[in-house]
Amino acid sequence: MSTFKIGGVHPHDNKIYSAHQPITECPLTTKAIIPLVQHIGAPAQAVVEKGQKVKVGELIAKAGGFVSANIHAPYSGTITKIDTTIDAWGMKMPAIFMDVEGDEWLETIDRTPDVIRECNLEPKEIVDKIAAAGIVGLGGACFPTQVKLLPPPGKKAEVLVVNGVECEPYLTCDHQLMLEHGEELMIGIQILMKALGVTRTVIGIEKNKPDAIARMKELAAKVNGVEVMPLKLKYPQGGEKQLIDATIHRQVPSGALPIEVGAVVDNVATIYAVYEAVQKNKPLISRVMTVTGKSLRKPGNYMVRFGTPLTEVVELAGGVPEDTGKIIGGGPMMGRAMNNIDMPANKRTSGLLFLPENESRRQEPENCIRCGKCVSACPMGLEPYLLSKQAELEMWDEMEKHDVMDCIDCGCCLFTCPSHRPLLDYIRMGKGKVGGIIRARQMAAKAAAEAAKK
Amino acid sequence: MKKLIVAPAPHAHSGDSVRKNMLLVIAALMPAYVVSVIAFGWGALLTALIAVAACVLAEWAIAKYILKQKPTICDCSAILTGLLLAFNLPCNLPWWIIVIGAIVAIGVGKMTFGGLGQNPFNPALVGRVFLLISFPVQMTTWPRPLGFATQYVDAETGATPLFMLKQMIKSGDNSMLDQMPNLWDMFRGMIGGSLGEVCAIALIIGGLFLIITRVITWHIPVSILATVALFAAVTGWCGALPEGLCTCEYVAYELLAGGMMLGAFFMATDYVTSPMVGWGKIIFGVGIGLIAMVIRTWGAYPEGMSFAILIMNATVPLLNKIRPTRFGEKKK
Repeated sequence: MSTFKIGGVHPHDNKIYSAHQPITECPLTTKAIIPLVQHIGAPAQAVVEKGQKVKVGELIAKAGGFVSANIHAPYSGTITKIDTTIDAWGMKMPAIFMDVEGDEWLETIDRTPDVIRECNLEPKEIVDKIAAAGIVGLGGACFPTQVKLLPPPGKKAEVLVVNGVECEPYLTCDHQLMLEHGEELMIGIQILMKALGVTRTVIGIEKNKPDAIARMKELAAKVNGVEVMPLKLKYPQGGEKQLIDATIHRQVPSGALPIEVGAVVDNVATIYAVYEAVQKNKPLISRVMTVTGKSLRKPGNYMVRFGTPLTEVVELAGGVPEDTGKIIGGGPMMGRAMNNIDMPANKRTSGLLFLPENESRRQEPENCIRCGKCVSACPMGLEPYLLSKQAELEMWDEMEKHDVMDCIDCGCCLFTCPSHRPLLDYIRMGKGKVGGIIRARQMAAKAAAEAAKK
Repeated sequence: MKKLIVAPAPHAHSGDSVRKNMLLVIAALMPAYVVSVIAFGWGALLTALIAVAACVLAEWAIAKYILKQKPTICDCSAILTGLLLAFNLPCNLPWWIIVIGAIVAIGVGKMTFGGLGQNPFNPALVGRVFLLISFPVQMTTWPRPLGFATQYVDAETGATPLFMLKQMIKSGDNSMLDQMPNLWDMFRGMIGGSLGEVCAIALIIGGLFLIITRVITWHIPVSILATVALFAAVTGWCGALPEGLCTCEYVAYELLAGGMMLGAFFMATDYVTSPMVGWGKIIFGVGIGLIAMVIRTWGAYPEGMSFAILIMNATVPLLNKIRPTRFGEKKK
């Protein structure tokens, strides 16, 4: 069985709490807050005004640049204001506030449960439809999907790699999606293959989801060029570069994008959104979220419309458990600890994890014993012990020479360190600094080149 | 709602700890220690006890009264150093020599550099080599293994296999050949020597346990043993062996005798003083194997593992410059 070649760790997968819980619709809220930053790139620009009435699926904010995404009304009702809200990390962000009235959808959206198989659109039309629907990578990065479908000149996509790995412990939303909507996924895959002009697709699924592997295999057998590849359990296999290595055995070079080796990676949740957008005219207004934790009363997978306060989703799952010490947006390896759950669900919220108090604190760091376990664990082949020391000593140039910018933030180093050293914290800080230095240097070089031209 | 804990990711940990690693190594040393107690009786019990107690006490006192830090004896590293030091000592060593060894090991070998993780040289070996140079007679007089009947005072001592091999190769005289212990005895461990040198099989079991539990990797032990085996084989093929000793036997003697197994599995693999990356570890192991064999063959001492490991310890900062293969690096 295949997996990526360098490093990796084996965290306990803890998926039993929410695995195989059917996807449940979250009830409608009464007051929705829709953030305008739900993706990587420029914030979306609001195109509605205070007092305006909107239907579900109507465009309320336009992409603010090439790398940006449209945002649609997840609810019907009246826009009350366009203001800033505070997210779960205390940062301000622009948002549209609305009062929900009824549940009136745009007539163009097909709300029937029928599966639409035919797709006669041209590749260009498919990409436009995906862009219009505001689809972003729902695996975590939230990178606008249409940008990936338009390879830069000179680059050609050869393989579509489908990410059904879900390597983050606890999360089960992608697993459940594959079980319940496999057919739609397969159609979504064919649409993307057409848009990209590729003839081969590899679906990577870790072997802890045998039923999803079986289901996808059964469906893939009927489609030309689609292959399901069971993968060994290893974190961070869902990382884009690691997944390409595991499935098609090509390594994306440092600093390059997957298209460099002819691959385009999309998560299953994204592909489901593509299906809905292209075949059902339904823009991205909701997603499946895993709400889970050891002490949660009803852990499960919930279909949540964006703008719904997370508190309501949590109520559905049985409320915040007594012993909660930490609430994490996403999984335990890369998710972010939140200081409140008042913020609304959005494209980024793939999961909510409640960790009990006794699992919420890191242990006291001890001296580095130079065991080298962080080096063995790093999936990018870096030397975390060295980088963190260099960051402590503010040796930015040395950090750059030791390829700190290749770090993917996966957390394997800190996870594995027997001395509980805050390796990734230092590396992250260094990466920020080095990134700044590199950008400044590029700007200076550009300015110098322009000055020379004149 | 009560206050939530906020911290950067990851929010999970493998559960590994310094203490756990140290305890696993101590556990891996136990089979060899049991054999050693069977072989040497009270001497083995007392030597280890004194060495461990002295190391722990030395670390605690130095941290508390000289460095004024919080003592870190709970990480069990001092216990391990003490045990490894004891493994490198004869069982009839006077208690005060053991205490001096322990103080040098912890004081000079470890705490002068700032404690755990900072020392360039293996502390237990620093202690042993200090004693070997300061008390050469006591350190090279090994009682015969007679269990609890072992004579500690005026112990009946014998020439070690390594000493005899060296003499035979130097002189070409094979008269000592019948005094050599047979290979099976060396393997199961009923020969004279330091506490941890008596039983190869027990050390190998412990070493494999460490590799299986992923405390150490295979790189260092395998590269050391392979280098030693190859060196010995080449010596044999060159016709340097006395008559009656075949190459295979000679290779087996070199692998099983002295501190080879203890050094390869337990001393050279010390985290702090060995390289971090695969290739660095292999070069480190090859270096130890070569230096040990050069000392065994031509040096003034019959055994060279301690010196070989200490010399290679000094190269570790350099070996750590070897980078691991980066993801996406072009292989050409």
